[in-house]
Amino acid sequence: MKYACLIYDDESTGPTDPTSPEFAEMIAGYMAFGEKYESVIQGGEALDSVSTSTCVKVRDGKMTTTDGPFAETKEQLGGFYIIEADDLDTACQIASEIPGAYTGQVEVRPVPNYG
Amino acid sequence: MDVNTAIVEVVRTEWPRLMAALVRDLGDLGRAEDAAQEAIEVALANWPTDGIPDRPGAWILTVARRRAIDKLRRDQNRLQKSELLARLEQRTTPETELDFDSPESLLGDEQLQLIFACCHPSLNTESQTALTLRCITGLSTREIARAFLTPEPTMAQRLVRAKRKIESAGIPLRVPPDSDLLDRLAVVHGVIYLLFTEGHTRSESDLLTGVDLCDEAIRLGRLLTRLVNDSSETFGLAALMLLSHARRAARTDDAGDLVLLEDQDRTRWDHAMIAEGQALLARALRFADPGPYQLQAAINALHAEAARAGDTDWRQIALLYSRLLRHQPTPVVQLNHAVAVAMTDGPEAGLALLDGLAEPLAGYRYFDSTQADLLRRAGRTEEAATAYERALQHCDNAAEQRFLTRRLESVSHPSPDP
Repeated sequence: MKYACLIYDDESTGPTDPTSPEFAEMIAGYMAFGEKYESVIQGGEALDSVSTSTCVKVRDGKMTTTDGPFAETKEQLGGFYIIEADDLDTACQIASEIPGAYTGQVEVRPVPNYG
Repeated sequence: MDVNTAIVEVVRTEWPRLMAALVRDLGDLGRAEDAAQEAIEVALANWPTDGIPDRPGAWILTVARRRAIDKLRRDQNRLQKSELLARLEQRTTPETELDFDSPESLLGDEQLQLIFACCHPSLNTESQTALTLRCITGLSTREIARAFLTPEPTMAQRLVRAKRKIESAGIPLRVPPDSDLLDRLAVVHGVIYLLFTEGHTRSESDLLTGVDLCDEAIRLGRLLTRLVNDSSETFGLAALMLLSHARRAARTDDAGDLVLLEDQDRTRWDHAMIAEGQALLARALRFADPGPYQLQAAINALHAEAARAGDTDWRQIALLYSRLLRHQPTPVVQLNHAVAVAMTDGPEAGLALLDGLAEPLAGYRYFDSTQADLLRRAGRTEEAATAYERALQHCDNAAEQRFLTRRLESVSHPSPDP
């Protein structure tokens, strides 16, 4: 089965300066995860901060854009992986090794196959 | 026991193994449940006149498989289903029918897999309890709805959603690996014990539902002890439920009023159930790893072993509560510990341990009634009366209200000491 691992974390506490050692450490953690699970990771990206986000909606044929996010939450979606796993337990076990799981949390959601 | 009661009991006993076999065969919880339900209905229609077959489990399984095959044939449009069909048809040969009655075919692993799926941590508590009752103990959706005082359509929807989640989220039908086993078993224990405490509260209030969740929880607890043999807490949980439930008949008097442990007619306790609980507790304690369920079971066993209330080994009980506090440092356990201490060292010693509990236990009626009782025993009648009044405000159980009112009257208008 295919699962999306959505990584939520508090943006205000994580390292933001790409030149800092903390940032390098975080990246190293993700690199290690990526290498270990290379065979099951089917995709994934880090996302820029929610302050850069824009929400688009169309109502009555008219498009409007607003600045996101639409809900004030403590933790923001900061990135995701798409992985292949036999079942939910396996997916959760893999998700538990994503560095974001240690500081924030990872939502594991099945990607349905409509084929 | 009339024939219908006997049939229901046979059906309920066979249900978990039946479901386990069908889930294994069909690979799908919903389809298995439908087939099992249909087969049970055939049994309920035929057995009153034909009699219960020699091998009722195999009989029902055969019918269920045939029903599933019929359904799959009607609905055969995918390769996956035709493979399934071929496998199923193979299973309806006489040899495999016999299998269902051999000792090897207890389907222990399959039953456990099903239990772990129903109690998967990714399901919410409501789904876990409902699904466990439906799939493992075989209660009907209507019965589960009644037991939880929930409208039947709401419960039906909850079950559908839970089954859909198992399917679509890929919740596996397998026994968790050793590294997760204890944690996952703890979730299963939690679900069973929740059903038990839920039933406990209900059985003391107006029992009109016809379904006793305590009995269901005990059924599950016993089943689990047969399927898991290396977890001390599995035995401890079953022991705790049996030892506590054994006192049920004595807990209320003929008028339905609450009778305190010390005033209970101990001949009305279920001594066979106590013996079963004691035996399970003994098995648990052999692991020398006493967890919270075992400690609570041991406390209940000490009550059960006292022929008269005055013989109760309160010192040992106080000690067990202090051990329990290490696992569960909760205000409620502190409260129980205080009660036990009050029995050995006097009401004032107990009252001292209640200090600091008033706030965390505000609105918890057993706090007010316990405090009231200790104050009454310490001769502080005015304070006792105030505490009884507080307890009454938080009590919505008719039998307990009558009890508290009587106690309040006794401290407000004290009669000469008996």
